[in-house]
Amino acid sequence: MDSRAPDGHGGKPETGLPTANGNSGTGSASIRPHPIRKTLLKSPHSYRGRLIAVEGIDGSGKSTQLGLLDRWLRAQGHPVHFTQWNSSRLVRRSMQRGKRKNLLTPTTFSLLHAVDFADRLTYQILPPLKAGMIVLADRYVYTAFARDVARGVHPEWVRQVYAFAPRPDLTLYFRVPIEVSLERLLAGRAKLKYHEAGMDVGLSSDPVESFRLFQSRVLEIYGALAEEFGLNTIEATGDIPAQQRIVRRMVQEVLRDYQQPRTRAAHDHDAQAK
Amino acid sequence: MTLKRNNNWFGHGLPYLARKPLPGHLIAIEGTDGVGRSTQIALLRPWLELEGYAVSDTGWIRSPLLSETINEAKQGHRLTVTTFSLLYAADFADRLEHEILPALQAGFIVIADRYMYTAFARNAVMGADPAWTRDLFGMALVPDLVLYLQVDVDHLVPRVVQGKGMDYWESGMHLALGSDIFESFLHYQRGLLGEYDRLAEEWGFVTIDARRSIEDIQSELRSHIADYLRRSGRESAKSGKSAEATKSAESEAPTNGAAASDGQKS
Repeated sequence: MDSRAPDGHGGKPETGLPTANGNSGTGSASIRPHPIRKTLLKSPHSYRGRLIAVEGIDGSGKSTQLGLLDRWLRAQGHPVHFTQWNSSRLVRRSMQRGKRKNLLTPTTFSLLHAVDFADRLTYQILPPLKAGMIVLADRYVYTAFARDVARGVHPEWVRQVYAFAPRPDLTLYFRVPIEVSLERLLAGRAKLKYHEAGMDVGLSSDPVESFRLFQSRVLEIYGALAEEFGLNTIEATGDIPAQQRIVRRMVQEVLRDYQQPRTRAAHDHDAQAK
Repeated sequence: MTLKRNNNWFGHGLPYLARKPLPGHLIAIEGTDGVGRSTQIALLRPWLELEGYAVSDTGWIRSPLLSETINEAKQGHRLTVTTFSLLYAADFADRLEHEILPALQAGFIVIADRYMYTAFARNAVMGADPAWTRDLFGMALVPDLVLYLQVDVDHLVPRVVQGKGMDYWESGMHLALGSDIFESFLHYQRGLLGEYDRLAEEWGFVTIDARRSIEDIQSELRSHIADYLRRSGRESAKSGKSAEATKSAESEAPTNGAAASDGQKS
């Protein structure tokens, strides 16, 4: 019996995903005896686009700030793609089922979010990034590092799980005291969500108290993450336009040598010049 | 292979769980699709129960949390190696925490139809970073005994064709090796079997020649399991623990007299 498929030592992927691009042509590739553990989070990516992420606990105002940034970037004619944590269709059903029936453990909670992230990375983050667009991410892997570890998974394990994630060009961490975020959340809606309040961790049967205890842990971990990964901390208690001015200044810095992908208008312009 | 585990995790384990003693035994049956794992497990269970052991079995993608999502995802063309691996890891973690660990705490013999090594083999063939796959399963418990049903492609083909037929995924069609499912099957399974063989060496599986008859394979499986239970009974007696859980294995005679303990370190 012959096998005519190419014998692959399948070139190492240059994408963030731990696989060859799409279809690896290799069947009997022997794996390395001493695999190298690498994480992409520690070095800059090489894509033409820019990846900008916001982080912070619920009620920190990060989504508001990202929305204002989005508006500003688009007004300047930049091609922007927006992606949000836990929004892929792939695991929606399992996530809902797990949450409703309280089936999720810290580990499965973490892995389902990793599936969501990997799916969005493949379809929503990497293509626009490679095409030279600006990708805005409402929460990134640091959310998992903070929340999942607060739920009890091993900090090193969760970093290993997300080893395929490219490092953002800029991550803005919106730091806010628990009481301020609670006030904002309770003003907007009557009840805290079960997992948002960390009710699954069993710290308190009172949602507000549970939120305080759980999100305090998350906040503490975020503080350490800001140091570990060089996140840019923004005090999220200040007024909204003042925060946005800081955000735009930081983004401008990241866009300094950014070149927009060639748009049709630019192409026409060049053609006319010839 | 460790004979008696003391909460022996593959990596970082599940730090949020209280450390409880696990008096049960975790036995994994590994081998490719169509090799006859489920047939053999179906025969092992009544035998062990007759010997007085409570048995729990668990199989790949059977978790209530994820089996539906995985089956659904396989219908479409959305999965990448990464999402595939993560979904399987989530399914595994769900069964680990909700089935395997509780059964081990209760002193059951857990027979796992496939274990993390299946993910190692598949991911390697699909081109995922092997270090990453192993890190992912850092939450797993290392089995007490891994029985590997070894077969070659020539013996596998007729079984699969006469059985349930060649499946899209088990033929590696998602790797786009070609449009011929038969050729793709050969190529994919050959890669997979090579990986299993390599893993068998790396992790000290007990390798069982699965080209033989169902009866022959079964009797060899039984003799290895009986042997393991006997030794683990002696070990727990030595360490002053109750040997009750394993006493029946002492009196039990394997159907195959030629009990071998190859590949086992004691």
